[in-house]
Amino acid sequence: MVYDTETGEYQAVDNGMNLNSAQGAGIQTAQNIAATGAEAVIGANFGPKAVLVLQTASIRMYLCQSGTVAEAVEKFKAGELQELTAANVRSHW
Amino acid sequence: MRIAVASGKGGTGKTTVAVALAVSSGVPAQYVDCDVEEPNGSIFLKPAAGSTETVSVQVPEINEERCTSCGRCARFCRFNALVSLGTPPLVFPELCHSCGGCEIVCPADAITWKDVPVGEVSIGQDTRTGLRVIQGKLKVGSVLAPPVIKAAKAAASNLPLTILDSPPGTSCPVIEAVSGVDYVLLVTEPTPFGLHDLTLAVDTMEELGLPFSVVINRADEGDDRVENYCRENDIHVILRIPHSRRVAEVYSRGGTLVEALPELSRVFREIPGEIEGRLG
Repeated sequence: MVYDTETGEYQAVDNGMNLNSAQGAGIQTAQNIAATGAEAVIGANFGPKAVLVLQTASIRMYLCQSGTVAEAVEKFKAGELQELTAANVRSHW
Repeated sequence: MRIAVASGKGGTGKTTVAVALAVSSGVPAQYVDCDVEEPNGSIFLKPAAGSTETVSVQVPEINEERCTSCGRCARFCRFNALVSLGTPPLVFPELCHSCGGCEIVCPADAITWKDVPVGEVSIGQDTRTGLRVIQGKLKVGSVLAPPVIKAAKAAASNLPLTILDSPPGTSCPVIEAVSGVDYVLLVTEPTPFGLHDLTLAVDTMEELGLPFSVVINRADEGDDRVENYCRENDIHVILRIPHSRRVAEVYSRGGTLVEALPELSRVFREIPGEIEGRLG
Protein backbone atom coordinates (compact mmCIF):
# COMPACT_ATOMS: atom_id res chain seq x y z
CA MET A 1 0.00 0.00 0.00
CA VAL A 2 1.45 3.35 -1.04
CA TYR A 3 0.19 6.38 0.88
CA ASP A 4 0.89 10.03 0.11
CA THR A 5 1.23 11.90 3.41
CA GLU A 6 0.69 15.25 1.69
CA THR A 7 -2.48 14.52 -0.28
CA GLY A 8 -3.82 11.56 1.73
CA GLU A 9 -4.16 9.56 -1.49
CA TYR A 10 -3.34 5.89 -1.44
CA GLN A 11 -2.92 3.07 -3.91
CA ALA A 12 -2.41 -0.69 -3.66
CA VAL A 13 0.57 -2.16 -5.53
CA ASP A 14 0.63 -5.87 -6.35
CA ASN A 15 3.60 -7.60 -4.78
CA GLY A 16 2.09 -11.09 -5.06
CA MET A 17 4.74 -12.60 -7.31
CA ASN A 18 7.20 -12.52 -4.42
CA LEU A 19 5.07 -14.78 -2.24
CA ASN A 20 6.24 -17.67 -4.40
CA SER A 21 9.85 -16.59 -4.56
CA ALA A 22 12.19 -19.15 -3.01
CA GLN A 23 14.84 -16.54 -2.47
CA GLY A 24 15.28 -12.83 -3.03
CA ALA A 25 11.68 -11.90 -2.15
CA GLY A 26 12.85 -8.99 0.01
CA ILE A 27 15.16 -7.78 -2.74
CA GLN A 28 12.37 -7.77 -5.33
CA THR A 29 9.92 -6.20 -2.91
CA ALA A 30 12.44 -3.44 -2.14
CA GLN A 31 12.84 -2.84 -5.87
CA ASN A 32 9.07 -2.63 -6.27
CA ILE A 33 8.92 -0.11 -3.43
CA ALA A 34 11.67 1.96 -5.04
CA ALA A 35 9.73 1.90 -8.33
CA THR A 36 6.70 3.52 -6.63
CA GLY A 37 8.83 6.54 -5.72
CA ALA A 38 8.16 6.05 -2.00
CA GLU A 39 10.53 7.88 0.34
CA ALA A 40 9.81 5.79 3.43
CA VAL A 41 8.54 2.29 4.07
CA ILE A 42 6.76 0.88 7.11
CA GLY A 43 7.22 -2.85 7.69
CA ALA A 44 7.02 -5.54 10.32
CA ASN A 45 10.46 -6.98 9.58
CA PHE A 46 13.35 -6.04 7.34
CA GLY A 47 15.97 -8.57 6.21
CA PRO A 48 19.57 -7.69 5.39
CA LYS A 49 19.25 -7.85 1.60
CA ALA A 50 16.11 -5.71 1.48
CA VAL A 51 17.81 -3.18 3.78
CA LEU A 52 20.78 -2.94 1.42
CA VAL A 53 18.49 -2.25 -1.55
CA LEU A 54 16.33 0.25 0.36
CA GLN A 55 19.39 2.11 1.66
CA THR A 56 20.83 2.27 -1.85
CA ALA A 57 17.54 3.79 -2.98
CA SER A 58 17.66 6.24 -0.01
CA ILE A 59 14.33 4.96 1.32
CA ARG A 60 13.86 5.24 5.10
CA MET A 61 12.61 2.24 7.05
CA TYR A 62 10.20 2.27 9.98
CA LEU A 63 9.18 -0.65 12.15
CA CYS A 64 5.53 -1.36 12.94
CA GLN A 65 4.64 -4.92 13.86
CA SER A 66 0.89 -4.75 14.51
CA GLY A 67 -2.28 -2.86 13.60
CA THR A 68 -3.87 -1.74 10.36
CA VAL A 69 -2.24 0.26 7.57
CA ALA A 70 -4.26 3.33 8.67
CA GLU A 71 -2.99 2.99 12.25
CA ALA A 72 0.58 2.56 11.03
CA VAL A 73 0.34 5.71 8.89
CA GLU A 74 -1.09 7.68 11.85
CA LYS A 75 1.74 6.49 14.10
CA PHE A 76 4.26 7.41 11.42
CA LYS A 77 2.82 10.91 11.08
CA ALA A 78 2.91 11.31 14.86
CA GLY A 79 6.58 10.30 14.87
CA GLU A 80 5.86 7.25 17.00
CA LEU A 81 7.55 4.63 14.80
CA GLN A 82 11.12 3.50 15.34
CA GLU A 83 13.39 4.15 12.37
CA LEU A 84 15.67 1.28 11.36
CA THR A 85 19.22 1.74 10.15
CA ALA A 86 20.00 -1.98 9.92
CA ALA A 87 18.11 -5.24 9.44
CA ASN A 88 16.05 -6.33 12.44
CA VAL A 89 15.92 -9.99 11.38
CA ARG A 90 18.41 -12.36 9.81
CA SER A 91 18.48 -13.65 6.28
CA HIS A 92 15.74 -16.22 5.53
CA TRP A 93 14.01 -15.33 8.76
CA MET B 1 26.50 -49.28 -13.09
CA ARG B 2 25.46 -46.14 -11.22
CA ILE B 3 22.68 -46.58 -8.66
CA ALA B 4 21.28 -43.58 -6.79
CA VAL B 5 19.63 -44.08 -3.41
CA ALA B 6 16.98 -41.39 -2.92
CA SER B 7 13.75 -40.74 -1.01
CA GLY B 8 10.99 -38.19 -0.80
CA LYS B 9 11.06 -38.12 2.98
CA GLY B 10 14.22 -37.58 4.99
CA GLY B 11 15.29 -40.07 7.64
CA THR B 12 13.95 -43.16 5.86
CA GLY B 13 17.34 -44.89 5.65
CA LYS B 14 19.00 -43.70 2.43
CA THR B 15 22.49 -43.70 3.89
CA THR B 16 21.86 -47.03 5.66
CA VAL B 17 20.87 -48.63 2.32
CA ALA B 18 23.52 -46.87 0.24
CA VAL B 19 26.34 -47.86 2.62
CA ALA B 20 25.07 -51.45 2.84
CA LEU B 21 24.97 -51.68 -0.97
CA ALA B 22 28.47 -50.26 -1.33
CA VAL B 23 30.16 -52.44 1.32
CA SER B 24 28.38 -55.62 0.17
CA SER B 25 29.45 -55.23 -3.43
CA GLY B 26 31.34 -58.14 -4.95
CA VAL B 27 33.00 -55.83 -7.49
CA PRO B 28 35.24 -52.74 -7.11
CA ALA B 29 32.89 -50.01 -5.94
CA GLN B 30 32.68 -46.42 -4.82
CA TYR B 31 30.28 -44.53 -2.60
CA VAL B 32 29.47 -40.91 -3.47
CA ASP B 33 27.85 -38.85 -0.71
CA CYS B 34 25.67 -36.37 -2.64
CA ASP B 35 23.75 -35.31 0.48
CA VAL B 36 26.10 -32.33 0.65
CA GLU B 37 24.07 -30.35 3.20
CA GLU B 38 24.57 -33.08 5.78
CA PRO B 39 26.89 -35.78 4.43
CA ASN B 40 27.02 -38.63 6.93
CA GLY B 41 28.18 -41.68 4.98
CA SER B 42 31.69 -41.29 6.36
CA ILE B 43 30.38 -41.93 9.89
CA PHE B 44 29.85 -45.53 8.75
CA LEU B 45 32.56 -45.88 6.12
CA LYS B 46 35.41 -44.17 8.00
CA PRO B 47 37.54 -43.29 4.96
CA ALA B 48 41.22 -42.60 5.57
CA ALA B 49 42.16 -39.02 4.79
CA GLY B 50 42.74 -38.50 1.09
CA SER B 51 42.59 -35.43 -1.11
CA THR B 52 40.23 -32.48 -0.76
CA GLU B 53 39.33 -29.95 -3.44
CA THR B 54 37.43 -26.69 -3.14
CA VAL B 55 34.29 -26.27 -5.26
CA SER B 56 33.68 -22.74 -6.52
CA VAL B 57 31.01 -21.03 -8.57
CA GLN B 58 31.38 -17.91 -10.66
CA VAL B 59 29.44 -14.78 -9.78
CA PRO B 60 29.36 -11.44 -11.63
CA GLU B 61 31.44 -8.43 -10.73
CA ILE B 62 30.39 -5.05 -12.08
CA ASN B 63 32.95 -2.74 -13.63
CA GLU B 64 31.42 0.53 -12.44
CA GLU B 65 33.41 2.62 -14.88
CA ARG B 66 31.94 0.78 -17.84
CA CYS B 67 28.44 0.26 -16.38
CA THR B 68 25.84 2.65 -17.84
CA SER B 69 23.26 1.80 -15.13
CA CYS B 70 20.81 0.66 -17.82
CA GLY B 71 19.43 -2.08 -15.55
CA ARG B 72 19.17 -4.74 -18.27
CA CYS B 73 21.16 -7.28 -16.24
CA ALA B 74 18.90 -6.81 -13.20
CA ARG B 75 15.73 -7.15 -15.29
CA PHE B 76 17.13 -10.31 -16.87
CA CYS B 77 18.12 -12.01 -13.60
CA ARG B 78 15.25 -14.21 -12.45
CA PHE B 79 17.03 -15.05 -9.21
CA ASN B 80 17.13 -11.42 -8.01
CA ALA B 81 20.90 -11.63 -7.71
CA LEU B 82 21.28 -8.23 -9.39
CA VAL B 83 19.38 -5.09 -8.40
CA SER B 84 19.55 -1.83 -10.28
CA LEU B 85 17.95 1.36 -9.02
CA GLY B 86 19.21 3.60 -11.79
CA THR B 87 22.64 2.85 -10.34
CA PRO B 88 25.29 0.27 -11.18
CA PRO B 89 23.65 -2.95 -9.91
CA LEU B 90 24.02 -4.34 -6.43
CA VAL B 91 25.18 -7.99 -6.57
CA PHE B 92 23.86 -10.65 -4.19
CA PRO B 93 26.33 -13.49 -4.87
CA GLU B 94 24.50 -16.08 -2.76
CA LEU B 95 21.44 -15.84 -5.05
CA CYS B 96 23.42 -16.15 -8.29
CA HIS B 97 23.04 -19.40 -10.27
CA SER B 98 26.00 -18.57 -12.54
CA CYS B 99 23.87 -18.74 -15.69
CA GLY B 100 25.89 -16.02 -17.41
CA GLY B 101 22.79 -14.24 -18.79
CA CYS B 102 23.69 -10.86 -17.29
CA GLU B 103 26.95 -10.80 -19.23
CA ILE B 104 25.13 -11.60 -22.47
CA VAL B 105 22.52 -8.83 -22.08
CA CYS B 106 25.01 -6.20 -20.85
CA PRO B 107 25.55 -3.73 -23.72
CA ALA B 108 28.57 -2.12 -22.05
CA ASP B 109 30.73 -5.21 -21.46
CA ALA B 110 30.78 -4.26 -17.77
CA ILE B 111 30.44 -7.75 -16.27
CA THR B 112 33.36 -9.99 -15.34
CA TRP B 113 33.40 -13.08 -13.15
CA LYS B 114 35.00 -14.06 -9.88
CA ASP B 115 35.19 -17.42 -8.11
CA VAL B 116 33.29 -17.87 -4.86
CA PRO B 117 33.90 -21.10 -2.88
CA VAL B 118 30.66 -22.96 -2.06
CA GLY B 119 31.93 -26.26 -0.74
CA GLU B 120 34.47 -29.05 -1.03
CA VAL B 121 34.83 -32.57 -2.34
CA SER B 122 37.02 -35.08 -0.53
CA ILE B 123 38.17 -38.46 -1.82
CA GLY B 124 39.34 -41.20 0.51
CA GLN B 125 39.33 -44.94 0.92
CA ASP B 126 37.52 -47.03 3.51
CA THR B 127 40.29 -48.82 5.34
CA ARG B 128 38.35 -52.04 5.96
CA THR B 129 36.66 -52.64 2.60
CA GLY B 130 38.89 -50.74 0.18
CA LEU B 131 35.79 -48.91 -0.96
CA ARG B 132 36.44 -45.57 -2.63
CA VAL B 133 34.55 -42.87 -0.69
CA ILE B 134 33.76 -39.48 -2.23
CA GLN B 135 32.08 -36.83 -0.14
CA GLY B 136 30.62 -33.51 -1.22
CA LYS B 137 30.20 -30.98 1.56
CA LEU B 138 28.42 -27.66 1.24
CA LYS B 139 30.11 -24.71 2.92
CA VAL B 140 28.24 -23.38 5.95
CA GLY B 141 26.31 -20.30 4.84
CA SER B 142 26.17 -21.33 1.21
CA VAL B 143 22.82 -22.38 -0.26
CA LEU B 144 23.87 -23.72 -3.66
CA ALA B 145 24.05 -27.50 -3.23
CA PRO B 146 23.89 -28.54 -6.93
CA PRO B 147 27.40 -27.34 -7.94
CA VAL B 148 28.91 -29.31 -5.02
CA ILE B 149 26.89 -32.42 -5.95
CA LYS B 150 27.98 -32.07 -9.57
CA ALA B 151 31.64 -31.84 -8.48
CA ALA B 152 31.29 -34.91 -6.22
CA LYS B 153 29.82 -36.91 -9.11
CA ALA B 154 32.56 -35.71 -11.44
CA ALA B 155 35.18 -36.98 -8.95
CA ALA B 156 33.83 -40.54 -9.31
CA SER B 157 36.06 -42.81 -11.34
CA ASN B 158 34.93 -45.45 -13.77
CA LEU B 159 34.44 -48.39 -11.39
CA PRO B 160 32.00 -51.27 -12.04
CA LEU B 161 29.64 -50.06 -9.28
CA THR B 162 28.93 -46.51 -8.10
CA ILE B 163 26.43 -45.89 -5.30
CA LEU B 164 25.19 -42.30 -5.02
CA ASP B 165 23.66 -41.29 -1.69
CA SER B 166 21.14 -38.60 -2.69
CA PRO B 167 19.70 -35.77 -0.59
CA PRO B 168 16.01 -36.21 0.37
CA GLY B 169 13.10 -34.42 -1.29
CA THR B 170 12.34 -33.61 -4.91
CA SER B 171 14.10 -30.27 -5.47
CA CYS B 172 17.19 -29.20 -7.44
CA PRO B 173 19.78 -31.05 -5.29
CA VAL B 174 17.92 -34.34 -5.84
CA ILE B 175 17.60 -33.75 -9.58
CA GLU B 176 21.33 -33.06 -9.75
CA ALA B 177 22.15 -36.19 -7.72
CA VAL B 178 20.02 -38.61 -9.76
CA SER B 179 20.50 -37.20 -13.25
CA GLY B 180 22.48 -39.52 -15.49
CA VAL B 181 22.33 -42.54 -13.19
CA ASP B 182 21.26 -45.97 -14.47
CA TYR B 183 18.79 -46.77 -11.69
CA VAL B 184 17.24 -45.23 -8.59
CA LEU B 185 16.26 -46.92 -5.33
CA LEU B 186 13.58 -44.97 -3.44
CA VAL B 187 13.76 -45.71 0.27
CA THR B 188 10.56 -45.26 2.24
CA GLU B 189 8.86 -46.40 5.42
CA PRO B 190 5.32 -47.74 5.94
CA THR B 191 3.87 -44.58 7.48
CA PRO B 192 1.49 -41.91 6.12
CA PHE B 193 4.44 -39.48 5.77
CA GLY B 194 6.53 -42.16 4.11
CA LEU B 195 3.78 -42.86 1.58
CA HIS B 196 3.06 -39.19 0.89
CA ASP B 197 6.66 -38.34 0.17
CA LEU B 198 7.19 -41.57 -1.77
CA THR B 199 4.45 -40.53 -4.20
CA LEU B 200 6.27 -37.22 -4.77
CA ALA B 201 9.55 -39.05 -5.38
CA VAL B 202 7.85 -41.50 -7.77
CA ASP B 203 6.33 -38.59 -9.74
CA THR B 204 9.78 -37.00 -9.95
CA MET B 205 11.47 -40.17 -11.25
CA GLU B 206 8.69 -40.67 -13.82
CA GLU B 207 9.08 -37.07 -14.96
CA LEU B 208 12.83 -37.64 -15.33
CA GLY B 209 12.27 -40.95 -17.11
CA LEU B 210 14.48 -42.82 -14.62
CA PRO B 211 13.85 -46.50 -13.82
CA PHE B 212 13.41 -47.17 -10.11
CA SER B 213 12.45 -49.66 -7.42
CA VAL B 214 11.30 -49.11 -3.86
CA VAL B 215 13.01 -50.19 -0.64
CA ILE B 216 10.68 -50.37 2.36
CA ASN B 217 12.58 -49.83 5.59
CA ARG B 218 11.16 -50.92 8.98
CA ALA B 219 8.79 -52.93 6.77
CA ASP B 220 7.09 -54.78 9.62
CA GLU B 221 6.00 -51.55 11.33
CA GLY B 222 3.28 -49.05 10.41
CA ASP B 223 0.49 -49.85 7.97
CA ASP B 224 -0.10 -51.44 4.53
CA ARG B 225 -0.59 -48.25 2.54
CA VAL B 226 2.90 -48.18 0.99
CA GLU B 227 2.59 -51.84 -0.05
CA ASN B 228 -0.88 -51.22 -1.49
CA TYR B 229 0.27 -48.10 -3.35
CA CYS B 230 3.19 -49.98 -4.91
CA ARG B 231 0.99 -52.90 -5.91
CA GLU B 232 -1.77 -50.72 -7.37
CA ASN B 233 0.73 -48.67 -9.37
CA ASP B 234 2.81 -51.63 -10.50
CA ILE B 235 5.91 -50.35 -8.68
CA HIS B 236 8.59 -52.91 -7.97
CA VAL B 237 9.58 -53.37 -4.30
CA ILE B 238 13.14 -54.68 -4.39
CA LEU B 239 13.77 -55.02 -0.66
CA ARG B 240 11.99 -54.99 2.69
CA ILE B 241 14.21 -54.31 5.70
CA PRO B 242 12.80 -55.44 9.04
CA HIS B 243 12.57 -53.14 12.03
CA SER B 244 15.15 -54.33 14.52
CA ARG B 245 16.57 -53.12 17.80
CA ARG B 246 19.87 -54.71 16.78
CA VAL B 247 20.09 -52.41 13.71
CA ALA B 248 19.52 -49.36 15.90
CA GLU B 249 22.18 -50.46 18.39
CA VAL B 250 24.84 -51.09 15.75
CA TYR B 251 23.87 -47.88 13.89
CA SER B 252 24.28 -45.82 17.06
CA ARG B 253 27.88 -47.05 17.28
CA GLY B 254 28.56 -46.17 13.62
CA GLY B 255 28.14 -49.71 12.32
CA THR B 256 26.50 -50.66 9.04
CA LEU B 257 23.22 -52.45 8.42
CA VAL B 258 25.00 -55.59 7.19
CA GLU B 259 27.11 -55.68 10.35
CA ALA B 260 23.87 -55.68 12.34
CA LEU B 261 22.11 -58.20 10.12
CA PRO B 262 24.84 -60.21 8.33
CA GLU B 263 22.18 -62.30 6.59
CA LEU B 264 21.34 -59.19 4.50
CA SER B 265 24.86 -59.03 3.07
CA ARG B 266 24.11 -61.54 0.31
CA VAL B 267 20.80 -59.80 -0.46
CA PHE B 268 22.57 -56.46 -0.95
CA ARG B 269 25.34 -58.05 -3.02
CA GLU B 270 22.74 -59.43 -5.42
CA ILE B 271 20.80 -56.18 -5.87
CA PRO B 272 23.03 -54.69 -8.64
CA GLY B 273 22.67 -57.92 -10.61
CA GLU B 274 18.92 -57.92 -10.10
CA ILE B 275 18.75 -54.32 -11.32
CA GLU B 276 20.82 -55.24 -14.36
CA GLY B 277 18.30 -57.96 -15.09
CA ARG B 278 15.39 -55.51 -14.78
CA LEU B 279 17.12 -53.11 -17.15
CA GLY B 280 17.39 -55.96 -19.66
